Amino acid sequence: MQTFFIVAILVFGFLITFQIAKASEYVSVLRGEEKSRKQSNRINAFLLLAFLIAGLFGVYYCNETLKGKLLKQSASYQGEHIDTMLWITLAITGVVFIATQIALFWFAFKYQESDTRKAYFYPHNNKLEVIWTVIPAITLTVLVGFGLYYWFNITSEAPKNAMVVEVTGSQFKWEFRYPGRDGILGKKYYRDINEAANNPLGQVWDDPANRDDIHTTGEVHLVVNKPVKFIIGSKDVIHDVGLVHFRMKMDAVPGTPTTMWFTPKYTTEQMKKITGNPNFVYELSCDQMCGKGHWSMRGVVIVETQEEFDSWMISQKPQYYVAFPEKDPSNPAYKADSTKTGSAAIIPTKNQIKTRQ
Amino acid sequence: MDAMNAHAEAIMTHEVHYDEHQAHHHNQSFISKYIFSQDHKTIAKQFLITGIIWAMIGGLFSVLFRLQLGFPGQSFPILETIFGKWAPGGEIKPEFYYALITMHGTILVFFVLTAGLSGTFANLLIPLQAGARDMASPFLNMLSYWFFFLASIVMLSSLFIQTGPAAGGWTVYPPLSALHTASIGSELGMDLWIVSMALFVVSSLLGGINYISTILNMRTKGMSMTRLPLTIWAVFFTAVLGVLSFPVLLSGLILLLFDRNLGTSFYLSDIVVNGQIMPNEGGSAILFQHLFWFLGHPEVYIIILPTMGIVSEIISINSRKPIFGYMAMVGSLFAICTLAFLVWAHHMFVTGMNPLLGSIFVLLTLLIAVPSAIKTFNWLTTMWRGNIRFTPAMLFSIGFVSMFISGGLTGIFVGNSTLDIQLHDTMFVVAHFHIVMGVSAFFGMFAGLYHWFPKMFGRYLNTTLGYIHFWVTLIGAYLIFWPMHYEGLAGMPRRYLDKSPWVSFSQFGDLDRMITIVSIIVYAVQLMFVFNFFYSIFKGRKVTTQNPWKANTLEWTTPIRPGHGNWPGEIPEVHRWPYDYSKDGRDFIPQTEPVGANESNEH
Repeated sequence: MQTFFIVAILVFGFLITFQIAKASEYVSVLRGEEKSRKQSNRINAFLLLAFLIAGLFGVYYCNETLKGKLLKQSASYQGEHIDTMLWITLAITGVVFIATQIALFWFAFKYQESDTRKAYFYPHNNKLEVIWTVIPAITLTVLVGFGLYYWFNITSEAPKNAMVVEVTGSQFKWEFRYPGRDGILGKKYYRDINEAANNPLGQVWDDPANRDDIHTTGEVHLVVNKPVKFIIGSKDVIHDVGLVHFRMKMDAVPGTPTTMWFTPKYTTEQMKKITGNPNFVYELSCDQMCGKGHWSMRGVVIVETQEEFDSWMISQKPQYYVAFPEKDPSNPAYKADSTKTGSAAIIPTKNQIKTRQ
Repeated sequence: MDAMNAHAEAIMTHEVHYDEHQAHHHNQSFISKYIFSQDHKTIAKQFLITGIIWAMIGGLFSVLFRLQLGFPGQSFPILETIFGKWAPGGEIKPEFYYALITMHGTILVFFVLTAGLSGTFANLLIPLQAGARDMASPFLNMLSYWFFFLASIVMLSSLFIQTGPAAGGWTVYPPLSALHTASIGSELGMDLWIVSMALFVVSSLLGGINYISTILNMRTKGMSMTRLPLTIWAVFFTAVLGVLSFPVLLSGLILLLFDRNLGTSFYLSDIVVNGQIMPNEGGSAILFQHLFWFLGHPEVYIIILPTMGIVSEIISINSRKPIFGYMAMVGSLFAICTLAFLVWAHHMFVTGMNPLLGSIFVLLTLLIAVPSAIKTFNWLTTMWRGNIRFTPAMLFSIGFVSMFISGGLTGIFVGNSTLDIQLHDTMFVVAHFHIVMGVSAFFGMFAGLYHWFPKMFGRYLNTTLGYIHFWVTLIGAYLIFWPMHYEGLAGMPRRYLDKSPWVSFSQFGDLDRMITIVSIIVYAVQLMFVFNFFYSIFKGRKVTTQNPWKANTLEWTTPIRPGHGNWPGEIPEVHRWPYDYSKDGRDFIPQTEPVGANESNEH
């Protein structure tokens, strides 16, 4: 019923508008077309000027209303470059925006048709053309210069001491893998992926480097002020690791690993204070459309101190033990099992790691 | 003067009759005149009306999915009425939401703003403004429309199949679009999408080569290239862009078709989808993006260049001044056309491409701002010290320039790879491209329609409705897209149908509601325009003078309702450029008038 009324009102409103429009056409014929044309010319010229003023005020009002909902300061050191770049670009384009919009609507108002004015025949002026070729070119060179300086800075090689985390996207979840004690991510092969056998990433169990790798789903822990390098991949379609608070983004492409690195600046707890939001969490969003669950493909990043991180890490069980619980030393069944097979510890010794390197 | 005009007209009309009795155009059946017509003017109308129908469908889709965005979780029974099983209980299912945005993008970008825009104005204006009886090949021109029609039928049919239309976004990135099980939209709907686009490419190529050869070979006597109106230059460069880039899209789509159905691995490697291990190894998903954007980026210029030409022409006529810097305008069109081929990878800064390669694309991308700035300043200078008439066409042209400035400047943000890291695939990008190529292009198209409607149909569009149309659309478009930048700056990703699970993106509920309500109003006003369009074809105020806008170009030397062949008798000879407005104290001097002995020789 409500829909019916809305449609009825719309149709009615339209009919009225249409009748007025049609009538105005007849009126203009009666009053003399030239005269009514000039009148509507004046009205439109005035409206253009009014639109300029209202529009500029609207820009200000919009900013006042929405600026509180924008991101607070960058939570990574790299993101600070991006914020600086944003301000430089905003300043330059802001000046151009205001100047050109004012010129456009002011000229429209000022040079509206009038019987007393003759239009000025002014086909070209090479000097002006050169000026407004050169000035934008110089301005853009400045923007390109800053942009590329920051770009190369952000996309440079990760520092040697960076923590490495592997990120894998799939419809519609995020999984993470830490290299474990040996500092090496074990080999993986996509054909070994088998959720039922607790091998969601396709780790090759023959590779000893895999046996201490830690696997988590949906949640990744990072250490504050410690650079982290993400090695990013996907199991099915293209996803994108979007870390809005760190101003970071990188596609997850099946078959082609990508990387990005950054240094978190604030822990999650500190960020709660900065944003004034007790429920604040760093979120990892999928930014590349990946299917029907794209909008809900969420991960959580927890930034904490080294101690907190270490104690969390100790509590994690390598995926190898999840896949083969009988080989887990903390499993009660383990001892019996190991006495039977007589196999030594599964975790590779330091010597083994060295030979691998 | 008026009396003379009327007299001249009487002669013209008389001659038309004479011509029709005498020569080759007699005995036209309804089918050969209105359906399988080879008259460029009729073909232009066919493109236009098909484009309008598509625009109504594509626009309606955006309004309907905006309901979902503005009022998440709320039930709209009308959605179930329209979409049936795709919106059970009046709420759009996520898979269908993605189908809707995919079709919205595809329809608006290709079917409306490419075929509907270029097809209409290139077909209408090239022979009329360059001085030719018809296109170089009227038959290929007719085929161009009918291939577009076939493409439309195939795309339309994909809306009604059981698994629904393509749902991978208008960019159809594989592997999502290549794997049948990755998404319901990657079933038959995706194959139909590819077939439809293949037909579309054929249509576009047939049209494009025709436009180019007509412009190069069939200009009337005296019409040197530098005497062409800027509209013709614009559609010329548009056609060049299309002819050189659409084949690349076709090649990319054919490889995609192979990957989908023949087991090849051009784009696929190391994939496990829904627990199923795929045999494909060694392909590159990024390869498709390169092929796609090699068309995809020129495509946005294919959309915007014709409107730049239209707007240049209309601003000059209604300011009663020559376009400022004609050669600079042509030069900047050429520069944009060239650079358009060298910037495609700026859509791919965060795909993991080599940062050095990315930096080159940053440089080339921001270079495009230079010719764009030249054009903007030249439009402003054209209006400066003019004597401006605010016809609806002129208002839409001013709106175009305003939108082009707003959207062009945000291009400097996203074209810079450093900022693109943050802004890529957020609502900022949505706001940017909707303003600069969606709204701007529509404004240019509306300007052209209000301006050349009298030439097409011999009647005027209702001016009062035109003013209402302009003001509501201008204000509405800014209300919709300006605040959307803020969502993007806050990091809200695009193509999220519900933000409620997120801590970081759920703060814009009020804004999303406002945008939805405004978009409904703006859409209703576009329907009003469509009504005005069809009503005015039959009942509009009649055009009584041959040259209602007092313009210089050749189309206004034809009879009010030109027959096939455009000019009864000889095609007029051209003696000057088309922009002699307010020269030597004269309001306008048509191109057909010989240069007088005492005329000042500026330009």
